[in-house]
Amino acid sequence: MKFMLMLYADEKAGAAIPPDQMEKAMQSLFAYQDALEKAGAFVMTSPLARTRDARTLRMEGGEVVAAQRPDGSYFVAEGGELRVHEGPYAETREQLGGFYMIDVADMDEALAWARRCPAAQWGPIEVRAMISGY
Amino acid sequence: MDVRSNEAARAAEHIARESYGRLVAFLAARTRDVAGAEDAVAEAFATALRTWPVDGVPGNPDAWLLTVARRRQTDALRRRSTRKASEEHLMMMADEIEAAASAPGDIPDRRLALMFACAHPAIERGMRAPLILQTVLGLSAIDIAAAFLVPAPTMGQRLVRAKTRIRDAGIPFRIPENDELPERLDAVLDAVYAAYGKGWGEVEGDGTSALADEAIWLGRLVVSLLPDAPEAEGLLALMLYTESRRSARRSPDGAYVPLEEQDTALWDDRLIDLAEAQLQRASRTGPSGRYQIEAAIQSAHVARRRYGVHTWPAILALYNHLQRLTRSPVVALNRAMALAEIEGPEAALTAIAPLADDRRMAEYQPYWAARGHLMATAGRESEARQALTVALGLSTDNAVRQYLQRRLAVLHTD
Repeated sequence: MKFMLMLYADEKAGAAIPPDQMEKAMQSLFAYQDALEKAGAFVMTSPLARTRDARTLRMEGGEVVAAQRPDGSYFVAEGGELRVHEGPYAETREQLGGFYMIDVADMDEALAWARRCPAAQWGPIEVRAMISGY
Repeated sequence: MDVRSNEAARAAEHIARESYGRLVAFLAARTRDVAGAEDAVAEAFATALRTWPVDGVPGNPDAWLLTVARRRQTDALRRRSTRKASEEHLMMMADEIEAAASAPGDIPDRRLALMFACAHPAIERGMRAPLILQTVLGLSAIDIAAAFLVPAPTMGQRLVRAKTRIRDAGIPFRIPENDELPERLDAVLDAVYAAYGKGWGEVEGDGTSALADEAIWLGRLVVSLLPDAPEAEGLLALMLYTESRRSARRSPDGAYVPLEEQDTALWDDRLIDLAEAQLQRASRTGPSGRYQIEAAIQSAHVARRRYGVHTWPAILALYNHLQRLTRSPVVALNRAMALAEIEGPEAALTAIAPLADDRRMAEYQPYWAARGHLMATAGRESEARQALTVALGLSTDNAVRQYLQRRLAVLHTD
């Protein structure tokens, strides 16, 4: 069963970490990946670039309705236009900074791995089961 | 708060705790309704908090609490039961409880029976320690959930389910008979030790751990209520030995300090003395059970590190015995570490070679840490680096991460 471990942290605080400490943090992250691989639980991982370089696409100005079209399909918004914004959510304190995709038996095992993730030291980790069959 | 009032507060808390478990156990043993007993006792304590500051503390607080709790419990039962027969049963029970409440200091202590019910084979293993912590000590589901790393609502639901099971599955409130006793006692002791293990990880704050204290308290309770149970005494000794080293296992900058590098001046003499005395009592008929042997190993470590006595051969012999008894890979690993001290790292690496195929070891941090340590001692640097890196990746504790990063740094420069 695949899970996403979504790592959140204050990216401003992260950018301020001195190089020697950052090196230790990276070492523990690489070691974490090693341990995941050794246990056969690793699928993939990536850090994400800073949110100021990210863009968010959002339908705006229209009415949000949930309705069924005559052909049977569903739509949720109507009459708006798609706009692009900088960053995801400027007002949040913690940003999604990276993720691990892991393959383990169940949520308990996923949580055990999330506990071992060094990123748990600097921010919350959201653990989500991935729906299989896609 | 100064030391004395701190101690007074602690003493008051312990008296309340004594009463809480006693009352819950006594009321629950009658009805097997643990949740109902807890509610009744909680209400009695709430009433006491309201009235005692005004009317003064009654001469026999326990009897007072029991009378109030009993009233709540029979009220609740009466609301639920309609049959005449149960009405009669209630009257009988009420009389019995009344008699207990009127004889000062004579409320029968059923806490051990309650612990046996909580650690009954019909109760899921992982829930036994939480259940004992809640029913005997009155810990909240929120505190227990934090220690056992599950969300509080989940822990709450599991506790409710387990109590329902005690009531509905007819789990008896009694101390098992002789032939059944050792195995059932093991389950109780394992639950207490599991609670201690959860407390062992806690290091934040003032350096003491609330849950470890609670577990030691439970260990004392079992020893006091069950005379002639060497294993219970062994467990208590083991916890006291471990506890005596609490402040030595972190360096000033917060890194983990292994036993070999600990400053023995930081070990708590008082706890060591208690542990040694407890172990001696436990061993009067010779060491037999798992906890006695583990405590004896700790005693040998004390003699070795403190007084320079060469006790490694004794430690190895004790581990050999323990391994025959438990067949546990964890014991095999610890045994290998003792073997390394006598025959060298290569012999130890040969001894743990079969563990490499054990699936459970892939995620067992101490295995990789031990393997890395042995490889480093044997001068096999790249293998040491690999193993220590996996150990680092499996660590959940920043103090351990710091320690392992230091070890890795030393390897890199060599």
